[in-house]
Amino acid sequence: MHVHVKRAGALIAGTLLSAPALADWTMNMSPGATESSNQVFDLHMTILWICVAIGIVVFGIMFWSIFAHRKSKGHEPAHFHENTVVEILWTIIPFAILVIMAIPATATLVDMYDTSEAEVDIKVTGYQWRWRYEYLENPGTEGDPEFGFFSNMATSRDEIYNRMDKNENYLLDVDNPMVVPVGKRVRLLLTANDVIHSWWVPEFAIKKDAIPGFINEVWFKVDEPGTYRGQCTELCGKDHGFMPVVVEAVPEEEYTQWAANLREAAEKERQLTEKEWTLEELVERGEGVYATACASCHGDDGSGGGPFPSLRGTPVVTEDVDAHMDIVVNGVSGTAMQAFGSQLSEADLAAVITYERNAWGNNTGEMVTPKEVFDYKNQ
Amino acid sequence: MSAVADTHAQDHHHGPAKGITRWLLTTNHKDIGSMYLMFSFAMFLLGGSMAMVIRAELFQPGLQIVEPEFFNQMTTMHGLIMVFGAVMPAFVGLANWMLPLMVGAPDMALPRMNNWSFWLLPAAFLMLVSTLFMQGGAPNFGWTFYAPLSTTYGPPSTTFFIFAIHIMGVSSIMGAINVIATILNMRAPGMTLMKMPMFVWTWLITAFLLIAVMPVLAGVVTMMLMDINFGTSFFDAAGGGDPVLFQHVFWFFGHPEVYIMILPAFGVVSHIIPAFARKKLFGYASMVYAVGAIALLSFLVWAHHMFTVGIPIFGQLFFMYATMLIAVPTGVKVFNWVATMFRGSMTFEAPMLFSVAFVILFTIGGFSGLMLAIAPADFQYHDTYFVVAHFHYVLVPGAIFGIFAAAYYWLPKWTGTMYDETLAKTHFWLSFVGMNLAFFPMHFLGLAGMPRRIPDYALQFADFNMVSSVGAFMFGATQLLFLFIVVKCARGNGEKAAAKPWDGAEGLEWTVPSPAPYHTFATPPEVK
Repeated sequence: MHVHVKRAGALIAGTLLSAPALADWTMNMSPGATESSNQVFDLHMTILWICVAIGIVVFGIMFWSIFAHRKSKGHEPAHFHENTVVEILWTIIPFAILVIMAIPATATLVDMYDTSEAEVDIKVTGYQWRWRYEYLENPGTEGDPEFGFFSNMATSRDEIYNRMDKNENYLLDVDNPMVVPVGKRVRLLLTANDVIHSWWVPEFAIKKDAIPGFINEVWFKVDEPGTYRGQCTELCGKDHGFMPVVVEAVPEEEYTQWAANLREAAEKERQLTEKEWTLEELVERGEGVYATACASCHGDDGSGGGPFPSLRGTPVVTEDVDAHMDIVVNGVSGTAMQAFGSQLSEADLAAVITYERNAWGNNTGEMVTPKEVFDYKNQ
Repeated sequence: MSAVADTHAQDHHHGPAKGITRWLLTTNHKDIGSMYLMFSFAMFLLGGSMAMVIRAELFQPGLQIVEPEFFNQMTTMHGLIMVFGAVMPAFVGLANWMLPLMVGAPDMALPRMNNWSFWLLPAAFLMLVSTLFMQGGAPNFGWTFYAPLSTTYGPPSTTFFIFAIHIMGVSSIMGAINVIATILNMRAPGMTLMKMPMFVWTWLITAFLLIAVMPVLAGVVTMMLMDINFGTSFFDAAGGGDPVLFQHVFWFFGHPEVYIMILPAFGVVSHIIPAFARKKLFGYASMVYAVGAIALLSFLVWAHHMFTVGIPIFGQLFFMYATMLIAVPTGVKVFNWVATMFRGSMTFEAPMLFSVAFVILFTIGGFSGLMLAIAPADFQYHDTYFVVAHFHYVLVPGAIFGIFAAAYYWLPKWTGTMYDETLAKTHFWLSFVGMNLAFFPMHFLGLAGMPRRIPDYALQFADFNMVSSVGAFMFGATQLLFLFIVVKCARGNGEKAAAKPWDGAEGLEWTVPSPAPYHTFATPPEVK
């Protein structure tokens, strides 16, 4: 059924608006990539057609009256103004239609709510404005270290501010996508670190709020390898429109290899804290961290803007190191400044603090090492 | 306008005071009604101009005109101003003007309180709008102000927003008490409850809804106030609070609130369709019961706004079934309106055009509402442009077309002059085309996957967004024409209106001269 609908939609759009690119005039929901999402799609189409049918009958009678029963045609008004039989009928018939709609809806819902027997568990945490994915211990991975990473939007500010052509996946690209194996039941445990976010991938028909203090559960099983894109769907502040979701479904062997690589990388990250760093190394690393974690509020050149303070020559950044570390690690409560202590590694925290103290004319020449950050966090 | 009316007064009452004191100190329901209507139209233009900013930014992908920070302030203020400043006061204005005339009462039951209810509103909105100029900007968390975005993470101006909501709530509650007192105590002899005009019935039920839920809104903003300023943790998970509690309390207010904005429009349309079909309203009794049923059900469905927060499956099923049930009484109303038109003798002056469009387009909004009620499908629709399309279809051609229909229908009674029919029809058709162009493509955008409340969007949404923006500009600009039509009519520039300018109209309001004298029904009329 859906293929016809899509074709009809494209045809209507094409003839009415003579669109140059038909693909952009998508008018309907697309069928999904999982069994649940296909059930939801069928449910959507069923209700849509029932509504269309009711609309044709009701509006048909109405338009016919408008056409035929007008004064200008000399139509005399009738005198009826009630009819018990008709009134009872048009109360009972809609009720029956609703029951017919409710049956498949209930079945689909019960199926979607059954989150048992998951084979892969991923904890999803919403942050302003990025997602964190943590891969928890599962059957087959007992004893292996857990690992996790942040998933930031990869679209550049130049594209957003129209200084550069927009990429095909404009606003829907991330640096580190969630990777899942095909054919396995994946369970997500959703929560949030600051405000409420909502994790949505349309092709899975999964939209679930990530709420601070709560853990919500959803599950999906993707059959076809591929890249599936979505967005945050709960207003979460300034960059709500800029925290996409990307899921890559890959064959199981590839997934196992990928997970092994990430575990190894997580181990290396821990070793970075131990390493001896030079000022240049830290500044170089810090520039990259600044661009992903800080620039959207404090500006590419540290000049701030609106409610976000400038970092150029500000005492916090040029004078007291402890105060600087405190703000970056613990955030400032009641403001948009988050506690990055839990979001960035010690190496990244040290690098970004060092970078800020030495960039844009803040030439303090001071550096903060990952070990100092580690000690600060554990003091 | 009523200054002219004074000369028509047959009794010995004094006329309106001179100068500004007439408006500041008035206890006359007609003056207060006019002030409510003028205030709401000013707010409609203000909230509308914010919508224009939103649509201008969304005209193309990328950020061009405003920053995301300001964009969020615009969506928030647009929603708050339209709901609390434009739609609600417009219906209170219509109630002030028409309820005493419809039930044969000389004025509202509590005229001094009436004056105060009105004058609180400019104060509240002055405070709300002033937040735009405060440090940190205006509220930017959406008109639903979900915690903790609005509490822990809200701008400093949030406290002013809370106080403005409190004042609006006080105004609404007093207005509702006044409506109930007037309807229950001041009906003309012989007007039993089941003989009351539909507009009176719908407003009576609306007033009870207001009294039931405005204190809940006041409660939820007070909890926010405590969380922000006095260290409590109602909604802060870190302090043992519950962010989801906020949503339950808010929507316990919020769902009846949407019926508060539509029921009086049901009443208006139930007068206009019979008048222009020249045939009695079909199924009066079932219309009354349907409104009652909708009002009762509105208290049992709030969590359908929260299908994605993770409520247990039995809660999910309960709220899904209860929400679907609302389609039954709403369907009855639509069928009754169609049956009223059926075999009538119809003409299509502006009030009728707006009313017919109301029935069609509100029904489309009802259909998308039914789709949204299906919980598993709602996972796909929730917080996308499909929802934006849905609630604009029930609010714009629903509430706002209802208000336009009422204005054109009763303008001759208010001003004593017929409005310019050609201009009014132009206003209708431009509004109709603009509104559909603006909001119908939003259904497609939502189904294709565009979330709401985003300042920028992925490239596949570009085409329909552009269409939608063009429609929105067209709809917005057209409303200046309405202002022109009303001003022209109020200045007496047009044909003189008869006491009953519509040959099919019924009701006590048409038994007094046009314009309605400053004081009417000093002696109650007899209703048979």
